[in-house]
Amino acid sequence: MTLDRRSFLKLVGAGAGAAGAAGLPMIGRAAELMPKGAKRVVVVGGGYGGTIAAKYIRMMDKSIEVVLIERNDHFVSCPFSNLYIGGIIKDLTPLTIKFDKLATNHGVKIVQAEVTGIDPAGKVVTTDKGTVSYDRLVLSPGIDFRLGEIKGYDAAAMEIMPHAWKAGPQTVLLRKQLEAMKDGGTMVMTVPLSPYRCPPGPYERASMVAHYLKKSKPKSKLVVLDANPDITSKGGLFKKGWKDNYEGIIDYRPAKKVTEVEPGKMTVLIEGLEDVKGDVINVIPPQRAGQIAVAAGLVGDDKNWCPVNPTTFESTKQANIHVIGDACVAGAMPKSGYSANSEAKICATNIVALMNGKETTEMSGINTCYSYITDKEAVSVAAVYKVAEGKIIAVPNSGGVSPADFSAAKMEAIYAESWLKNILTEMST
Amino acid sequence: MMMKWKRWALATGVLAVSAMAQAAPPSAAMLSNACAGCHGTNGGSAGPSMPSLASQSKEAIVEAMKKFKSGERPSSVMGRLAKGYSDADFAAMGEFFSKQKLHATTQVVDAAKVKKGASLQESNCGRCHLEDGREGKDDSPVMASQWLPYLQIQMEQYLSGKRKMPEKMKEKVDPLSKDDIDALLHFYASVK
Ligand SMILES: Cc1cc2nc3c(=O)[nH]c(=O)nc-3n(C[C@H](O)[C@H](O)[C@H](O)COP(=O)(O)OP(=O)(O)OC[C@H]3O[C@@H](n4cnc5c(N)ncnc54)[C@H](O)[C@@H]3O)c2cc1C
Ligand code: HEC
Ligand code: HEC
Repeated sequence: MTLDRRSFLKLVGAGAGAAGAAGLPMIGRAAELMPKGAKRVVVVGGGYGGTIAAKYIRMMDKSIEVVLIERNDHFVSCPFSNLYIGGIIKDLTPLTIKFDKLATNHGVKIVQAEVTGIDPAGKVVTTDKGTVSYDRLVLSPGIDFRLGEIKGYDAAAMEIMPHAWKAGPQTVLLRKQLEAMKDGGTMVMTVPLSPYRCPPGPYERASMVAHYLKKSKPKSKLVVLDANPDITSKGGLFKKGWKDNYEGIIDYRPAKKVTEVEPGKMTVLIEGLEDVKGDVINVIPPQRAGQIAVAAGLVGDDKNWCPVNPTTFESTKQANIHVIGDACVAGAMPKSGYSANSEAKICATNIVALMNGKETTEMSGINTCYSYITDKEAVSVAAVYKVAEGKIIAVPNSGGVSPADFSAAKMEAIYAESWLKNILTEMST
Repeated sequence: MMMKWKRWALATGVLAVSAMAQAAPPSAAMLSNACAGCHGTNGGSAGPSMPSLASQSKEAIVEAMKKFKSGERPSSVMGRLAKGYSDADFAAMGEFFSKQKLHATTQVVDAAKVKKGASLQESNCGRCHLEDGREGKDDSPVMASQWLPYLQIQMEQYLSGKRKMPEKMKEKVDPLSKDDIDALLHFYASVK
């Protein structure tokens, strides 16, 4: 089946309007990239969720064609990017994956393109290179920023006050600024209200920055302005880690919500009450589901995140569209790379079932997030998830955080490194 | 383990859209896939310290999970995770990983140690770690191709008393020198 008539007409409308009568793809931007066979899943986003969904669908059912659409020709992992900012990892190569082995090992069709629109009725996605039709669509687009909520924080400001909350050039920029900072300088870091990507991420970053300052610029300080009333994840462990290692370096200030920035003055403003100056400023803005999910009308009443069915991860807003990873609301599962990986497999399993007219399977999932405190010590939070009464919950009396006395911290730092290697290998082979 | 009414509904074709909303309980693959974010796809670890589960014996996995859960075996993270599963889940996951192909690894090993280990293994360890470590008697783990840093961490935990060594294994390990033991681990890591 190629395009049905209705969606074809839509495309004509969207395109140059010069289609031939037979509907051959002579319609400029909206040309169909690849005619669809019997069964096709399109996956948008080649990050923690998307790569895994694409691979596992193919592992489970070779009769389903899978097209993975990603804007870049590579993906850089946010996990461990804080170690790069802290100077512990010297380049981003170990954090970078390519997609070619997903093609050769599993037959996933890789398309490098920007997805610009979704037509849920016609089951077609539009990209800057042409259109691709689907039977089911998986979106794992990660996050975008709610820029309106911090006055003055626009694309130009990001080049002066990097967010480094999507790994790549922004990560490199923040590291460069930190390296260039004079000893005795102040770095300011702002944390948005929860929920945001990776609850412990900002505090791991604070630890890694402090580790660097202590070693290389001991007269310097890090001010953390947290919009939340307290550390949002592993609070006890971070506080102990900071007290034992970074007393006098990290100045943690809870309930300080940054509402405006002045890049020209290197200043951030807290609800019109207070301003704080920094030599280096890392603004982590408030977030929501990746723009493409917002544009497709998949976000819920909060206007930020996409509600989904807890068994299939199918959107409750649009049939045949599944949302996984940071963009979705997965009950108790946090917005992490490990969650995205686990959700992708659950979603893949049930997409294969649905496309073959089989019974679906209840989810069972895991999350684990390691956070480094020093270069040789890490702590973690771990949990197992199941469905109860239609909601994803953490299995009672399981999971939790590392021991409070840091007795496992050195061992966890060793295992964390292998975790990264394994999860990136899963995503790229 | 499908509920009775559901089996009936499936058989009679009464299972319509609304009933389909009822999903089957998590399968072995559903449970096990969640572990792969750390242990690798189908339990084949990319290393260097995370153990492979692929081709591990079912009994060894079930025993390990039970001991992690009770705290009898020390762990950094497995204890917290194991508490999220039942004995039936352990059996299902053990079965799943035991059926996967051995994840052959190419590791940096010391050739001299491998040779020495090869000469020691049959008489000292071969009663339980069978076929050059490719199989395990009862709950003895498969060790072929297991990551060396992982085996070394485990042996350290045994020797320091943190992990309790099986009596019969201890009888064999105690008389050996540190070098002998390390040679044995190099040997097992090298087996494909
Ligand atoms: C500093 C930091 C540290 C972290 N540390 C950890 C950690 O230790 N452990 C952990 O589990 N998690 C960690 N995380 C969280 C983790 O990075 C995210 O939860 C994870 O990346 C979410 O996966 P995803 O698939 O939803 O999105 P992503 O991994 O971001 O993937 C989204 C992909 O979609 C692509 N895309 C988006 N829109 C389009 C479009 N319109 N067209 C084409 N392509 C598109 C993007 O280019 C991107 O490649 C950390 C995050 C940060 C910021
Ligand atoms: C966060 C990473 C992580 C996840 C997720 C994880 N493991 Fe582990 N696993 C480890 C680590 C680390 C060890 C070593 C023991 C320790 O320190 O916890 C281990 C050890 C094991 C062992 C012992 C292997 C041996 O040969 O001695 C088994 C069995 C095991 N895991 C099974 C599982 C199963 C089953 C799951 C899924 C339910 C799982 N693991 C999920 C990290 C993980
Ligand atoms: C009598 C049987 C027996 C003998 C002999 C024996 N082992 Fe074991 N071995 C076991 C069992 C059972 C376990 C798992 C026990 C546990 O739960 O800790 C084990 C576990 C191990 C482990 C940990 C592997 C893992 O995946 O966690 C190592 C390493 C090991 N043995 C090495 C050796 C060496 C080296 C020898 C020979 C010197 C040896 N064993 C002899 C039964 C044996």
